[in-house]
Amino acid sequence: MVHCPDTSPRPSTFYDYRVHPFRAPDELRGGAERHSVAIVGAGPTGLLTAIGLAQHGVHSVVLAQDVQVSHGSRAAVLVRRSMEILQRRGVVDPFAGKGLPWSGGRSFYRGQEVYRMTMPHEEGQRHPPATNVQQQYIEEFLSDVAEREPLIDLRWGSRVTSFEQDGEEARLGVDTPEGAYMLRASYAVAADGGRSDLRRMLGLRMEGRAYSGRFVIADIRIDLPLPTERLCYFDPDWNPGNNVLVHRMPDSLWRIDFRLPDDETPEQALEPELLRQRIELTLRMVGHPLPWTLDWATVYSASALTLPRYVHGRLAFVGDAAHLLPIFGVRGANTGIQDSDNLAWKLAYVLRGLGGPGLLESYSDERVEAVREICEEAGKSTRFMTPPSRGYRLMRDAALSFTLSEAFTKDLLHWRTARPHDYRTSLLNSDPAADAAFTSGPRFGAPVPDIRLADGSHLLDHLGPDFHLICFGDGDTQGMGDLLKAARRSRIPLRVLLLRREGTPPATGYDAQVEDTGSNVADRFGALPGTAYLVRPDGHVCARWLRPEPAALKQALAVACAAQE
Amino acid sequence: MIPQIPVTTLEAASDLLAEAIDSAGPEKEALFLAKLALALAAHLDDNAVLGTAVAAALADL
Ligand SMILES: Cc1cc2nc3c(=O)[nH]c(=O)nc-3n(C[C@H](O)[C@H](O)[C@H](O)COP(=O)(O)OP(=O)(O)OC[C@H]3O[C@@H](n4cnc5c(N)ncnc54)[C@H](O)[C@@H]3O)c2cc1C
Repeated sequence: MVHCPDTSPRPSTFYDYRVHPFRAPDELRGGAERHSVAIVGAGPTGLLTAIGLAQHGVHSVVLAQDVQVSHGSRAAVLVRRSMEILQRRGVVDPFAGKGLPWSGGRSFYRGQEVYRMTMPHEEGQRHPPATNVQQQYIEEFLSDVAEREPLIDLRWGSRVTSFEQDGEEARLGVDTPEGAYMLRASYAVAADGGRSDLRRMLGLRMEGRAYSGRFVIADIRIDLPLPTERLCYFDPDWNPGNNVLVHRMPDSLWRIDFRLPDDETPEQALEPELLRQRIELTLRMVGHPLPWTLDWATVYSASALTLPRYVHGRLAFVGDAAHLLPIFGVRGANTGIQDSDNLAWKLAYVLRGLGGPGLLESYSDERVEAVREICEEAGKSTRFMTPPSRGYRLMRDAALSFTLSEAFTKDLLHWRTARPHDYRTSLLNSDPAADAAFTSGPRFGAPVPDIRLADGSHLLDHLGPDFHLICFGDGDTQGMGDLLKAARRSRIPLRVLLLRREGTPPATGYDAQVEDTGSNVADRFGALPGTAYLVRPDGHVCARWLRPEPAALKQALAVACAAQE
Repeated sequence: MIPQIPVTTLEAASDLLAEAIDSAGPEKEALFLAKLALALAAHLDDNAVLGTAVAAALADL
């Protein structure tokens, strides 16, 4: 079938939509090459998966049904972990340049400020706790990188309409403006969003719950003299019992997000005059009834749903195609970004013959567990923001009412934001006894912290896309020679980074070294001279030893790749 | 089982609550009782005991 994507630029008051040309691929001229990976969907998750695969030398084809980026600002908050992942993909600069950094928020009840929260931020941390940037920009920045990357074939205007697979390959039917073709690939990634066609084609059902409350998102252009923070108004006069959120985005765009009265339909809520009145009332409540124009408005409801497994043969689900999460606590895009970070290296290692089939299963295990935890946590915030029953609403109102006179309920207003997951129970981890021997530092499963070093660089700058062994000590530290030899002989690429004790001369045999001034990193890692951390390509620790043995290192690497040595 | 306390204490507590419910008024009585339960839960700091009280209160409504 012919697929005709909308080629008129979407309307926007702040964003100039670029319409990308459809280019007929080889398949339309009779080509039938089998690609390594086909990625369905060019949202944040699909694009970042392609960029991650390219970093590992793996070619992918990305199929995007549209010829322009996201309609509306949608996912507009990136948390620090997402920025770290973008940093490691080498694409963070435009995000840091365009985005608005912030770290806290205030909540109001009956016109009084009743709660104030600041997200943790340590001296020397490179990225702020949160960065606001509209999804149009997220997709633009990532698709610009994808267009320039020779290992990515980004095909605009290409809609996937069928899927089949066998022991050899996946086959996707693709409709385009110039007709249909069949795309063959060793593996496929379903990054086709919340209404995933692939999920439907495979007949997969999500588990969890959908919440009943409906919300309006309205983006307006206005010059409000207010800082970037999260403003939350509970039970305002004009919307009794419900709440209103206000967020600042780049380009003088402000997001207003409020719950609808239960008996109102989405059509009624988006009726222009009613919407206009409510925006006016919100601006008056914020204290700045200034002129504004509407950019985009939509209605959504909160769900906490996930597929029970993300890998189905040669197909892996990522992002909203795999799970639908409440946006309170900014779970949407941030969770997808962590999915792609977890999947990209595993898929690349399987394709390069470095990882066993269990590696893809571990993507599913680790991320399903992470998402179930997010659903659980986000469920708590969601129950407070959108009480699902009279009982929940009554107790929420009781807690709010106390905030005006007492302190004990204030922490119930805490909004839990997305945070990096600890893959604590992962089958890729090794040596629990050695892990338990540490008194501090990132445990196995946890991400390596991006500590600032004395030379102004950060620890993650020294970790490339491969496995790393982070060693502590100096050129004379006992036992390091044997460990280096084992690293050299490893079939799985392993770079050895020495955090060299302050004042000792450069050591030989390491792939990289930095001086650990004042033992800053060693202290944070609970490390002694001779200590080593084995770090996965996605920056999560998978084993650590106060006193490593070459045999244990070899074994741990094999375990971390689900490979039989 | 909810513990037995001296009847005079229980009677005074009951009167105190009755007057508080009246002063909250029918519109706000549910909110008042919810706030009261939350405050008592904080004083109690023991969700097991709270659970037995909840179960006992739910019986025979
Ligand atoms: C109206 C709305 C408002 C939102 N607001 C927020 C918010 O405030 N905060 C927040 O964190 N998150 C929000 N989200 C969620 C957020 O947008 C998603 O979590 C995030 O975009 C997930 O990224 P993704 O790449 O997994 O999916 P998507 O961004 O949805 O990308 C999927 C892509 O796949 C393409 N596609 C779909 N089917 C096919 C097919 N058959 N063939 C080819 N291509 C296909 C789509 O065109 C799309 O480009 C919102 C979502 C919506 C819909």
